[in-house]
Amino acid sequence: MSRTVTKQRKMITTAAAWTIGLIIFFPIYWTILTSFKTEAQAINDPPLFFAFDWTLENYALVQERSDYMKFLWNSVIIAGGSTILGILVAIPAAWSMAFVPSKRTKDVLLWMLSTKMLPAVGVLYPISLIFVEFNLLDTRGGLVVVLMLINLPIIVWMLYTYFKEIPGEILEAARMDGATLKEEILYVLTPMAIPGIASTILLNFILAWNEAFWTLNLTAANAAPLTAFIASYSSPEGLFFAKLSAASTMAITPILILGWFSQKQLVRGLTFGAVK
Amino acid sequence: MGQIQLKQVTKSFGDVQVIPPLDLTIQDGEFTVFVGPSGCGKSTLLRLIAGLEDITTGHIEIDGQDATDVVPAKRGLAMVFQSYALYPHMSVRKNIAFPLRMAKLNQAEITKRVERAASVLNLTDYLDRRPGQLSGGQRQRVAIGRAIVRDPAAFLFDEPLSNLDAALRVGMRLEISELHKRLETTMVYVTHDQVEAMTMADKIVVLQAGVIEQVGTPLELYHTPRNTFVAGFIGSPKMNLMTGDEAAKHDAHTIGVRPEHIDVVESGGQWQGTVGVAEHLGSDTFFHIHNTGLAETMTVRAIGDVNLKHGDTIHLAPRVDEIHRFDADGLRIA
Repeated sequence: MSRTVTKQRKMITTAAAWTIGLIIFFPIYWTILTSFKTEAQAINDPPLFFAFDWTLENYALVQERSDYMKFLWNSVIIAGGSTILGILVAIPAAWSMAFVPSKRTKDVLLWMLSTKMLPAVGVLYPISLIFVEFNLLDTRGGLVVVLMLINLPIIVWMLYTYFKEIPGEILEAARMDGATLKEEILYVLTPMAIPGIASTILLNFILAWNEAFWTLNLTAANAAPLTAFIASYSSPEGLFFAKLSAASTMAITPILILGWFSQKQLVRGLTFGAVK
Repeated sequence: MGQIQLKQVTKSFGDVQVIPPLDLTIQDGEFTVFVGPSGCGKSTLLRLIAGLEDITTGHIEIDGQDATDVVPAKRGLAMVFQSYALYPHMSVRKNIAFPLRMAKLNQAEITKRVERAASVLNLTDYLDRRPGQLSGGQRQRVAIGRAIVRDPAAFLFDEPLSNLDAALRVGMRLEISELHKRLETTMVYVTHDQVEAMTMADKIVVLQAGVIEQVGTPLELYHTPRNTFVAGFIGSPKMNLMTGDEAAKHDAHTIGVRPEHIDVVESGGQWQGTVGVAEHLGSDTFFHIHNTGLAETMTVRAIGDVNLKHGDTIHLAPRVDEIHRFDADGLRIA
């Protein structure tokens, strides 16, 4: 009796999961589909699902009009740079909060998280001024720093949670074995936290890759990443949905591939410690 | 060399003082055991010596040098943890080599020393395994290997055997004792198991609530416990402690007699009671006796197999010269 109930429930949850999954995936699917339509077909009413002339001309046009590789390269540098920099800052920070906590550690963690509650536009003006003052506008270096700072609370929080799972005695053993603080972090803590660090890197890279507010506001031509590449096909050009979709597809493809190959790692890292 | 001296050492966590001022000298080459019930501060004391906790006031000297503010890595001590604390991502070889790598020894020397330690501890066949692929006893041996490779001034053991099963525990106990005989290095060993303390120690430090109750050789503690706490803690089964009229007969507030110092006699005897549980071990029989009018339960050890069972009346003759006397403060009366 109870077996059939479980089976039924399993089927229902599976169906529900698939439905939600498909709803979430639909915009991406629609974007990719639209990128292969002509502009007229793209705004056709009723919407065309399959019966249209598949074309690659949008891709050719987009590539012809803007240098995809340059935007891609900027995205790689900005997302990669801010991630690496963030990890380098966050590992020691998370180490100290996880293993030598003070009375205020919890407050510091919460305060860091609270910065994520502030709408980014709230600090647009001061940050723009700083950028102007230090000649950082439209530079990749400037964006690397800003995106690193934007995502740092998340990186520290994630690493802190992973580090908390590592038994303190192992680090004490390293100390007794003569390891300096640097060696303790480098040879013992970091290798043990690899799954956690890897998923933190991945998530942060994805967040930085998709970040659009700062990348759009602080760049023009030189340092513009793929988000700016997509944006350049929206309003100023009028309603060119097919080209916009082609640009979007080109922008999300690299991160989609990365996500696909690392999904196991990502899930394992994100659920780290949840099941034991 | 490895003499460790604690001078007026105290430790507080916040407002709670867990170690009141304490003086202790551990001689070079000595096997010292800190023993006491859980929460008595023995592990904290060990961690203060290791440098893993900072002392609140006082001084720690290692070989005459003030080590109070020296970081753990520079104290020249090696520690074996209860949880083994092996590096799970490294092979056994790399685990054992780790302290040597940190000491920046050259590769040839590291290899030589790791192999020597591995052969001493019968780990040669396991050098390329990860800790996760080893049994509890093997992991403990790796932890010991990691401690011995760099010839420390002293070894610190924090309840190293409590995660092992009973049979393995006895084996490892002997191995550690033999290791001490061979290396002649100072060892400080924390345990709550008084059998480990009695069998391994040159010197036992009995602790309660951060206070040293008594320091002495195992037999000193056994024969002349300074107070009722030590009397009750050292020895297995526990000493029988009695107060009231029976104690008054001996001009004491409390008297204590060890189970092995009470003879079971056929008839007569000074005391009698009924057998509650009889534990027949073959070599000995332990009787847990009720209704003596002296203590709720009295434990008596008889040599060999004595045929008395639950509910039988038992006659007991304590050996008068083995009765320990304590005053109202629980202190020994000479």
